[in-house]
Amino acid sequence: MFEKLRKGFSNLVSKVITTELKTEKLRPVLGDFKLSLIENDVAVSVADHICEEMEQRLDGVQVKRLEDRGKIVRANLDEILLNVLTTNEKIDLLKRVEEKRKSNEPYVILFVGINGTGKTTSIAKVANFLMRNGYSVVLACSDTYRAGSIEQLEEHARRLGVRMIKHNYGADPAAVAYDAISHAKAQGINAVLIDTAGRIQTNRNLMNELQKIKRVIGPDVTVLTVDALTGNDAVMQAEEFHKTIGIDGTILTKVDADVKGGSALSVTYVTKKPIVFIGTGQRYQDLQEFDPEQFTKMILK
Amino acid sequence: MALDRLGSSLYDALKKVFRAPVIDEETVKELARDIQRTLLQADMNVKLVLEISKRIEDRALKEKVPPGVSRREHVIKVVYEELTRFLGEKPVPLKVEPGKRKIIMLVGIQGSGKTTGAAKLARYFQKRGLKTALVCTDTYRPGAYAQLQQLANRIKIPIYGDPKAKKSAVIASDGLRKFDDYEVVIIDTAGRHKEEKSLIQEMKMLEKAIRPDEVILVIDGTIGQQAAIQAQAFHDATPIGSIFVAKLDGSARGGGALSAVAAIGAPIKFIGTGEKINDIEPFVPSRFVGRLLGMGDLESLIEKVREAEVHLPEKKMRAFLSGRFTLTDMYDQFESMKSLGPLRHILKLVPGLSYNIPDGMMEMAEDRLKKWKVMIESMTPEERDNPKIFTSSRVKRVARGSGTNEKEVKELLKQYSMMKKMMKTLRRKRLPFFGKKFPIPQG
Repeated sequence: MFEKLRKGFSNLVSKVITTELKTEKLRPVLGDFKLSLIENDVAVSVADHICEEMEQRLDGVQVKRLEDRGKIVRANLDEILLNVLTTNEKIDLLKRVEEKRKSNEPYVILFVGINGTGKTTSIAKVANFLMRNGYSVVLACSDTYRAGSIEQLEEHARRLGVRMIKHNYGADPAAVAYDAISHAKAQGINAVLIDTAGRIQTNRNLMNELQKIKRVIGPDVTVLTVDALTGNDAVMQAEEFHKTIGIDGTILTKVDADVKGGSALSVTYVTKKPIVFIGTGQRYQDLQEFDPEQFTKMILK
Repeated sequence: MALDRLGSSLYDALKKVFRAPVIDEETVKELARDIQRTLLQADMNVKLVLEISKRIEDRALKEKVPPGVSRREHVIKVVYEELTRFLGEKPVPLKVEPGKRKIIMLVGIQGSGKTTGAAKLARYFQKRGLKTALVCTDTYRPGAYAQLQQLANRIKIPIYGDPKAKKSAVIASDGLRKFDDYEVVIIDTAGRHKEEKSLIQEMKMLEKAIRPDEVILVIDGTIGQQAAIQAQAFHDATPIGSIFVAKLDGSARGGGALSAVAAIGAPIKFIGTGEKINDIEPFVPSRFVGRLLGMGDLESLIEKVREAEVHLPEKKMRAFLSGRFTLTDMYDQFESMKSLGPLRHILKLVPGLSYNIPDGMMEMAEDRLKKWKVMIESMTPEERDNPKIFTSSRVKRVARGSGTNEKEVKELLKQYSMMKKMMKTLRRKRLPFFGKKFPIPQG
């Protein structure tokens, strides 16, 4: 699924091998490299950054033997990508849920994102993941806006055999979430997953509403879902949601759709927050942990 | 983090052309580079972008400029033509013959906006007096039927579907039998992508069973470089007649959708511009490019005004533009804007204003509009027609009467005179690139 990206990198490696490592001479090569990043859905601004860094790193590097050059370039590429994809914080969901459980508190996850990225499906998958690991879960339908949202989450809840807390359409989303958390506290449930209405990041009113939801419920973690098919807008989404709401991690969805992988770079570059999971299919078990090293290796193989 | 904002860069690039003292090779090359970057940021296919920017550069440098046309105008024309070239020159309307049934089938990737799009389309045809119905064949995604049903109920359009049934083809056939005497039947399908072979196969079967008059591919406006390949896969399974681009109300520019057009040759017929059921517009290539270039489009504004049937005849609009503009007119305009939909949609259509409006400003402006209306309502007819007579005691009275304060009333008067001035400049502007900031209240 990341073949194209990988091919782009391989091209660069072979081109740089035959070039002197001087800024002026690197530029055309890096220009090609930039295009190949963009071709793989890395946002233009992020591709700029990566290429600038490559230029700085490689300028004036003295190389004597042919083998060494390839190795140097390869090592630099590896490092830069890993740098972008590796974030200082890690989110070990199970560990965090366990910690809260020990203090008899539910772990609260707030899901946010633009319309159609897969928030509700991801919630069902994460619920399934937590349940398989022995934790109890309650879902909160704080999407009181979109037609059919309640029925959709309700059906997932039924299939998973968990409870869902809902109000009516048009109800205050924060109140629904609050009720779900109270329910979890009273029943000793380990995790509360809160579904919110999708919103385009430029809609100020809806972003303010989300801010309010977050303020009222104070979630343990706020997760942004991003469609892996997204192009440059991934940067805008990540930037805007992170700035106004503050996110702790990302779920990259639809990764099975033969995606090019660049959106992962774009989002982590902007937020510096980890990708907690990737969605890889329509079944509940199609949720994998994101491993930056594996991802980098995959790209540069 | 200083990531540059998308959107205004093509506008900036063209502005450079207008400001440059001479159009020489360097200017053209720079323009080509800027356009390249803008289109890449708009998610257009990389190869397509390289091709377009090369053609722009070549044509702008080599082509003879016809007499009476300045070099600058020629460059702009070239850019415009190259961008509309693969979008098609003319809009392609979705034709429906009254009295004859048209079956429309919507397909697309999960979450691209098919169901919302189906309801918007239904509403669009319903508004045009056509007998329209909806069929939901998505038996896959939980809540899909409930979603379409709730949307359909809101606009009072009949819907058929059976969330318990398994076979989409059977539901579709039943639905078509039920809506035998309808003029437009829109069939919503489950989301799928090109790697889900069995689902693609199911879509093929469905298409065979119902033989739609037109298959519309719904494309997410935020999609990146995958757009063309995904569109191709859909096209191979069920020949795509046209494209609906969703989610164009955010920061995404829809370049991915345009790449899909280039790949499969189907025209874009509609775009989705918001969450509301009326947020749908027929796609006009020249307009779209105009918007992309930040040139706006007065033509489409006038059309919107007509559609909403507001008390804002063209004659009056022309009067505005010539500067005959009173507070009563301003009030009428506020009133009519309400029926036109959110202000931000309207302003995007005004030449020279696109991209000058900061995010969030629009919502604020809408709140402010409500207050202004109350203030105008508190004025005497004489004051409205001749705001020059305002004295501090009149201001005080209006403030008291409208429950605002004097500062706010003064602000309204200031906005009024700015708006009046702007109307004049709009008229005078031959080329709308130097659009002044619309006087949206600050703070």
